[in-house]
Amino acid sequence: MRHTVRVTHGDQGGWTPSPVARERAAFRAGRRRRSFLLALGSTLVLVVAAVLVVVTSPGWERTRSSFFDLDVATEVLPGLLEGLWLNVRVWVITVVVALLLGLGLAILRTSASPVLFPLRALAAAYVDVFRGLPLLLVLLLVGFGLPSLRLSWLPIDAVYLGTGAIVLTYTAYTAEIFRSGIGAVHPAQLTAARALGLTRWQTTRRVVVPQAVRNTTPALLNTVVSLQKDSGLISILGAVDAIRAAQIEVTGAYNFTPYVVAGVLFLLISIPLTRAVDAYSERRGWGATRPAAGVAR
Amino acid sequence: MTHRVSDAVEIPDPNAVLSVRGLRLRYGDRVVLDRLDLDVREHECVVLLGASGSGKSTLLRAIDLLEDVEDGVIALRGVDVTDPRVDADAVRARLGLVFQAFNLFGHLTVLDNLTLAPRLVHGQDRRTAEQAALAMLERVGLAGREASYPEQLSGGQQQRAAIARALVTSPDLLLLDEVTSALDPALVGEVLDLLADVRASGTTMLVATHELGFARRVADRVCFLHEGRVWEEGPPSIIESPTTAELAAFLGSP
Ligand SMILES: Nc1ncnc2c1ncn2[C@@H]1O[C@H](COP(=O)(O)OP(=O)(O)O)[C@@H](O)[C@H]1O
Ligand SMILES: [Mg+2]
Repeated sequence: MRHTVRVTHGDQGGWTPSPVARERAAFRAGRRRRSFLLALGSTLVLVVAAVLVVVTSPGWERTRSSFFDLDVATEVLPGLLEGLWLNVRVWVITVVVALLLGLGLAILRTSASPVLFPLRALAAAYVDVFRGLPLLLVLLLVGFGLPSLRLSWLPIDAVYLGTGAIVLTYTAYTAEIFRSGIGAVHPAQLTAARALGLTRWQTTRRVVVPQAVRNTTPALLNTVVSLQKDSGLISILGAVDAIRAAQIEVTGAYNFTPYVVAGVLFLLISIPLTRAVDAYSERRGWGATRPAAGVAR
Repeated sequence: MTHRVSDAVEIPDPNAVLSVRGLRLRYGDRVVLDRLDLDVREHECVVLLGASGSGKSTLLRAIDLLEDVEDGVIALRGVDVTDPRVDADAVRARLGLVFQAFNLFGHLTVLDNLTLAPRLVHGQDRRTAEQAALAMLERVGLAGREASYPEQLSGGQQQRAAIARALVTSPDLLLLDEVTSALDPALVGEVLDLLADVRASGTTMLVATHELGFARRVADRVCFLHEGRVWEEGPPSIIESPTTAELAAFLGSP
């Protein structure tokens, strides 16, 4: 026999839990404690095993001195932080521009106006090309190809060209995400808006786009997170970001610790960011992290 | 301004709010409306009866210019709106349409659902629009619910909000498509009572419904749709004493 008991916290309005309810609450609390201890125990076993494997390996001494040298780490940290600041700036700019352009492209591609046909075709071609090209290739083509045209108005700075290349690729991604979100808005919503006399554009702007943005926020947040790490790819054009700064240090010192430091710096941004995104999604009820949302047990 | 009308189609009644002549509409090979004639005059409440699939929704959507028609004329106050040169948005702004499934905008509060069209389409400022919307919510019995989102309301409340949304722009003609069909039986009454009240205030209405009691109580005229046209029409008393065998059969097995 199974019973469901709802345990209410805070003001209980004169209701006190029955002995049965209290007994079950205590049981559940005990089981939560047990689950926690089990999780802790199994994690410890795994971590200890992994550490033992690494530390007892024959090459450990050499690896430690060339990858985990604390002196080298403290020495290169200021330079890497300066590089990271560039990554952060590139990241913020690419996020803003790629989201705005992507939304614009998606609206354009889903519009019905015959005047816009050539633009729609161009937009479709653009998305096809840049969604299919590896980001690395786009970076190389833009970074080394554009300057060779010797256009006087074109910036030849690696930071600008690299940012432009990332925007080119990511705009294609965000445009597709927005477009799928627009397509997922129920046709009845369009009918209702047009029935009220809203024009096509008013319907798009006030009814379709807000719902499309809501539908696609989880996917867009994911894109924002991967943009953070892909901002490091501008280093291949020679822009001195965290990765490039680490590379310079490595070449000088014949020690790989700067790479590890750069990796830790990236993680220090991306892990909290991912957690924040998850927490936000959870709060909005998208619950991507909870198994079988809405089912008590 | 006069519009050319094909020889097969009669001239619409210029005094009617809505005058449909010879309307024909097809989905692929399937002719749904076939030479349909219908008039709705000022302050009149006309009820559309008909089996499921007889084309009631299609007719209402066609009148709201949400469907392309193959032939015939739909005239609003004597102006042929089926003419493709007519601005469909402007026509729809003068009509109200309420759907079976409410179709409230889920991302907007009830108040914003009501003020969206007045502000965007009719150019009202926020204050004016909100005052009118609040008064309308009061009238449909939703005072105090303006800040709720549609999903926080019961089906009957949602439908009353949708009716309020259609009424708040004072449409020339209110089109209602089986607005109680998606509701629990217990909630049907509150919506029908509201419609009777709207009718009493003089709103011109065209109502597709299966609620015969409502038709008897509120309708000025009943039109029975069969084989794509108005098969039989008359006062509500035709529900008791149908002339055609088809209407009798429909009433016998509703
Ligand atoms: N978009 C559509 N495409 C094809 N056939 C349709 C479409 N909408 C309705 N129909 C068909 O048109 C006929 C009339 O439908 P409808 O107007 O919804 O009837 P009612 O509202 O009277 O139940 C039905 O046979 C239906 O299957
Ligand atoms: Mg229908």
